[in-house]
Amino acid sequence: MPIGTALEGQESPAGAPPVLRGRRRWGEEAIRLVLFACALLSMATTLAIVVSLLEPTLSFFGEVDLVEFLSGTIWSPLFAEPRFGVLPLVTATVLVTGIALSVSIPLGLLTAVFLSEYSPRRLRAVLKPGLELLAGVPTVVYGFFALTFVTPLLQHLWLFGDPPGVFNAASAGIVMGIMIVPTVASLSEDAMGAVPQALRDGAYALGSSRLQVSTKVVVPAALSGIVAAIVLGVSRAVGETMIVLIAAGGTPKLSFDPADAMQTMTAFIAAAGIGDQPTGSIGYKTIFAVGSALFAATFVVNLVSIRLVRRFREVYE
Amino acid sequence: MSSGALEGLRRRRSLATAAKERAFSGAMLGSLLVAAVALVALLVQVVVAGSPRLNGDLLQRFPSSVPTRAGARSAIFGTIWVIGTVAATCIPVGVAAAVYLEEYAAKERWYNRLIEVNIQNLAAVPSIVYGILGLAFLVRGPLGLGQTVLAGALTLSLLVLPIVIIASREAIRAVPSSIRLASLALGATRWQTIRRQVLPAAVPGIATGTILALSRAIGEAAPLLLLGALTFITFVPEGLRSPFTVLPIQIFNWISRPQDEFRVLAAAAIVVLLVILLAMNALAIWLRNRYQRRW
Repeated sequence: MPIGTALEGQESPAGAPPVLRGRRRWGEEAIRLVLFACALLSMATTLAIVVSLLEPTLSFFGEVDLVEFLSGTIWSPLFAEPRFGVLPLVTATVLVTGIALSVSIPLGLLTAVFLSEYSPRRLRAVLKPGLELLAGVPTVVYGFFALTFVTPLLQHLWLFGDPPGVFNAASAGIVMGIMIVPTVASLSEDAMGAVPQALRDGAYALGSSRLQVSTKVVVPAALSGIVAAIVLGVSRAVGETMIVLIAAGGTPKLSFDPADAMQTMTAFIAAAGIGDQPTGSIGYKTIFAVGSALFAATFVVNLVSIRLVRRFREVYE
Repeated sequence: MSSGALEGLRRRRSLATAAKERAFSGAMLGSLLVAAVALVALLVQVVVAGSPRLNGDLLQRFPSSVPTRAGARSAIFGTIWVIGTVAATCIPVGVAAAVYLEEYAAKERWYNRLIEVNIQNLAAVPSIVYGILGLAFLVRGPLGLGQTVLAGALTLSLLVLPIVIIASREAIRAVPSSIRLASLALGATRWQTIRRQVLPAAVPGIATGTILALSRAIGEAAPLLLLGALTFITFVPEGLRSPFTVLPIQIFNWISRPQDEFRVLAAAAIVVLLVILLAMNALAIWLRNRYQRRW
């Protein structure tokens, strides 16, 4: 509880003797202002992000047709004859995110159900830090793992069509999925932990098995929290850079074959950034145009997630 | 229906339930196993691949185009400089923001709610977007700091600030209000109460969250790539205005070269990075267990 709520409304009551009437303390006021300024810095950050994206983006669309940008199928902005169709970057992002989710949703949810409903306390005490360890691995390390371990493994085990090359979407997507498992698992477990014990007890009293209680009572009751966890996972997958930059290759390609090399939106931004584009050049502006698209996409996804978390909190607290 | 048939039906049903139960347990253990195997495979792969170059040379030599003479000295010192600066900037600001939001902000005011949602959103903004911000505002644009330690550190500081704020808020919230009320009742001012009572009690939680935030910053590469940190640096930074490189960037540089010898170097540098991170995580867990009070 903030101290304010205890004090507000009691300051200098009208009929109180002068001794008890609050004296205005300027030092206290100054401290409050400094603290408020620090909190405001977060708003300034968001504003700065929007401003820094907006100006070069607008200037980009002064040179490039918005329709060509959104519907063109060839992306080669840094070539002598540049083409600005962003679709190959978008489809690559969607494909890699899809692969990542098809790994992280089942693994993450099963892990969460196990931790929340099945695991003995001792085992849990080992597994939770293990998950945190997985979450703490830097993404550049995951990228190395994808390139030097998962890709050769896939090349051996590939069942259908041509085996993937050195750079491919499948390897990046799978490793990204593993990276997101802790996010999905720990947030979903929090949601399941917030389900009142009475609901479980009631189901057990009616003769349900553990599986039935888990899948038909706990998971539905925690659903909005679980969806929020998955949505946050989507946002992390869309925004992840290093894994795709290292393992998925650097050539934009409009393809839905996971064995192909392709370039996501984030990987393009990083690759163009490495190239050190001169300020004001069209190459410099494309960074911001693609960055705007990325920021807008994750912004919407994040707001959905925050909304959902708030809804599930309202139910059980 | 005879009682025998009913009994049979019941048994068949419980058998089916048991089979499903077993299949589900198998699926859960399987998914745990996949995660565990991935973690172990990753660690083993890195250590095995990097072992030929895991020696003093790695720490003492500077990057070189000749793999056998290359080391990560400038990257290691760069990381120390950058993280030191990140800690010095993001901890005071983050804790101050958390104190404001927990101790001063009236929840029903729209601007306080906006700040809160905004922090949650910032925590999930892709790190590369912070790189764009750093490029436009810090490196070039208004501040024009250039590709320096300060620009890199401020970018990472903004990136982890939401994590520091969220963790600090939780630690502050965990201090029971009876302590605040007692302090106020004894005549302490609001700020005296926060300084002498609330913050000391919240320090373990704040420290734990801050260390985790800093370990995120240590491993971050994407935003720094945009700032232009992927340059050939063969010296230790001399100050905040010095050009720099950090471990993740050096690792990425070595991964992206075609020669196998550089892959070995990359793996060895990854081991160094992971050891640093593991040490920080262990410190955080130790702090949590040693000092955390239950009220």
